[in-house]
Amino acid sequence: MIAYAVKRILTAIPVLFGVVVVVFLLPRVVLGDPCRAVLGPRATEASCEQFAAANGLDDPIWEQFTRFVGDVLTFDLGESIKFSRPVTEVLLDRLPLTIELALSALLLAIVVGVPLGIAAARWHNSPVDIGTMAFANVGVSMPIFWLGLMLSYLFAVVLGDTFLALPPTGRFSPGLTPEPFYEVWGWTVSDSGFWSGLLEFLSKFAVFNAVISAQWAGAWDAIRHLILPTIALATIPMAIIARMTRSSLLDVLGRDYVRTAAAKGARDARVVRRHALRNALLPVVTIIGLQLGLLLGGAVLTETVFVLPGIGTALFDAITTRDYPIVQGFTLVIASTYVVVNLVVDLSYGYLDPRVRLQ
Amino acid sequence: MSGTRPDPTPADDEVRMEVHDPDPAGADAARVAADRAIADQALIDDVPDEAVVEPRPVRQRDPDEPALLDVRGLKTHFHTRSGVVQAVDGVDLSVQRGEVLGVVGESGCGKSVTALSIMGLVPYPGKVEAGTVTFDDQDLTGLSNRQMSRLRGDRLSMIFQQPGSALNPVHRAGRQIEEVYELHRDYDDEEQTRRAADMLRQVGIPDPERRARAYPHELSGGMAQRVMIAMALACQPDLLIADEPTTALDVTIQAQILDLMRDLVAESGTAVVLITHDLGVVAEMADRVAVMYAGQVVEEADVITLFEDPKHPYTRGLIGSMPVLGDRREALETIPGVVPNLVDPPVGCRFADRCHARVEHDLSICTEQDPELLPVVETDGDAHVVRCFLHHDAEGRPRAVEGGSTPADVVTAPAELAPGEGP
Repeated sequence: MIAYAVKRILTAIPVLFGVVVVVFLLPRVVLGDPCRAVLGPRATEASCEQFAAANGLDDPIWEQFTRFVGDVLTFDLGESIKFSRPVTEVLLDRLPLTIELALSALLLAIVVGVPLGIAAARWHNSPVDIGTMAFANVGVSMPIFWLGLMLSYLFAVVLGDTFLALPPTGRFSPGLTPEPFYEVWGWTVSDSGFWSGLLEFLSKFAVFNAVISAQWAGAWDAIRHLILPTIALATIPMAIIARMTRSSLLDVLGRDYVRTAAAKGARDARVVRRHALRNALLPVVTIIGLQLGLLLGGAVLTETVFVLPGIGTALFDAITTRDYPIVQGFTLVIASTYVVVNLVVDLSYGYLDPRVRLQ
Repeated sequence: MSGTRPDPTPADDEVRMEVHDPDPAGADAARVAADRAIADQALIDDVPDEAVVEPRPVRQRDPDEPALLDVRGLKTHFHTRSGVVQAVDGVDLSVQRGEVLGVVGESGCGKSVTALSIMGLVPYPGKVEAGTVTFDDQDLTGLSNRQMSRLRGDRLSMIFQQPGSALNPVHRAGRQIEEVYELHRDYDDEEQTRRAADMLRQVGIPDPERRARAYPHELSGGMAQRVMIAMALACQPDLLIADEPTTALDVTIQAQILDLMRDLVAESGTAVVLITHDLGVVAEMADRVAVMYAGQVVEEADVITLFEDPKHPYTRGLIGSMPVLGDRREALETIPGVVPNLVDPPVGCRFADRCHARVEHDLSICTEQDPELLPVVETDGDAHVVRCFLHHDAEGRPRAVEGGSTPADVVTAPAELAPGEGP
């Protein structure tokens, strides 16, 4: 198992290297002249030459690349043109919200999608099955921006005066922004340094921050703001996961070893839980890994619709304003996350299926 | 031990005769043997029928003992889009304690569905429509799924054809045996582990403690089938249903597995329903034999009678297509035609289409009336029953057969059917 894990981790390295290469080349191909992108279309030749010299754009491409790799390895992703701040700082500022959103959506998608799929397979061709599949078919074809707007309309306008009302935009209600937990705890934190940075980063996970520092009103408010975006973002992966779970479980339920389990005297529920599910979950885990890519892409739309300050909105703004260091940095982080998640997925195979460990 | 052998492949048709697909060499051998048999017959009139079944103790049925398993009029139908497939259509079977009942027939004749019906494991869209399955004085068809679960694995168990795929790939072999104890016995974890290793030792697996930790993909086919047998016999069931337990195995492994099964069930007194299409396996294992055709039992007798004196033309066809039992007078290379469509089975005898004897005797009743499963000799009880108008008239009375009842007599001497008796 350990050998398998090490091997699998080593194979992720070339993939990550490929990501770095693409991210390095992408703005150079897509964005055209970086000087004009940064200084504006009416920059003079002289100022452009100056800009190129200052940023090392005249150096041979190999030198630029090695410098870029060195920067990436030291987490230096350059400086945002629009914010005039290091990209890493902007990223750390906005990443927590996106992680919260993506994780809660993934969690919702799994927690609802997998049981729906199991129920549909177990009661194959029953109303449960038909209903679930109808929901899945509608869900999978639901555009996020449309669903987001409809949810906002339903919960903020139609139900706006009832106890079901939910906020349509933003991360906090006015006056309810929670204090960072370390301040609540009375820790004195210096302005710079790794530990203060880490504490600050952690405190940006709003729900986590509010809960551990017992700011219950703030926590509830933060959760309420997360509900609609989470539903909007989770619907498509939920539908896909439900469908995948169902078809995979149906396949496994027809296998000989499931019949063996029943012949041993295991009851239906146990047959599904102990014998079928683990085998059926393999393809589902793959799908869940792939969904994360969808979630990160969907986060851009979701954050835009619900006006949330995550990396999605930052990326959206950066693309429209040609803030290429941000685009580059964020793309790198999103792609790397994707690679790492799929690495975790592969490692979980080894746990789920003993046959994989040998290969 | 089988563990040192390579994985057996399912393709061992060279050595195993398939009833519906005999290889030409085997058929030639059968023909040669049959010719020799006929020559022998010409020289000596009463050829002893030894060498058909190797001498081995065959358990004789005690007519007074109640049956452990008694299947009556079992009908299992599959409701498919193209119609209702009558896979099992009125099967009667009975097994006494400690008895080995062989069930033979071609693929698709309903053997496996019968087995699954007994176990209450008929897959969707199949359904037991009628009949009773009485097991130890209890009608299983009336039990809830929960009640059936309590019996399965404990008092009745089953092993399947493909040992490789019948074991769960994600659980260790030992764990899968332990689960039987977990489901049916109050043993603690240690006891379960110890007993599982015990079972593995009993089925001849060397170093059972280590093998118990192996995953199914690390076991050879023979080894996997041993694990299946260990699992099925873990709770010392009263009845074991073995559905083609050796079909997927290498021929040498087949013999080992059959020996093992025979020893184990003899030891524990477990009754066995052995489903196979291989008459060699039946000859080696069974006390009684039921021959199935198109969802019905067409003949049942003790194993010696069945091989020495088969009545139903289909049974004779099966035996005739066996090269190893070449000492037969009527050797068929194949039985022509295929099993009839079970969505809309023909009226009358289901074998009529493929039956030489019907043509030779010019019997029209075969396609007009359904034959019933009746004793060959009226006083015989259930000792030897057959479903065929060659042996019964329209009212179900046995036709008088003179001068013994060797197969050749019935088939080659139409005169024995007295004119008045014909339909």
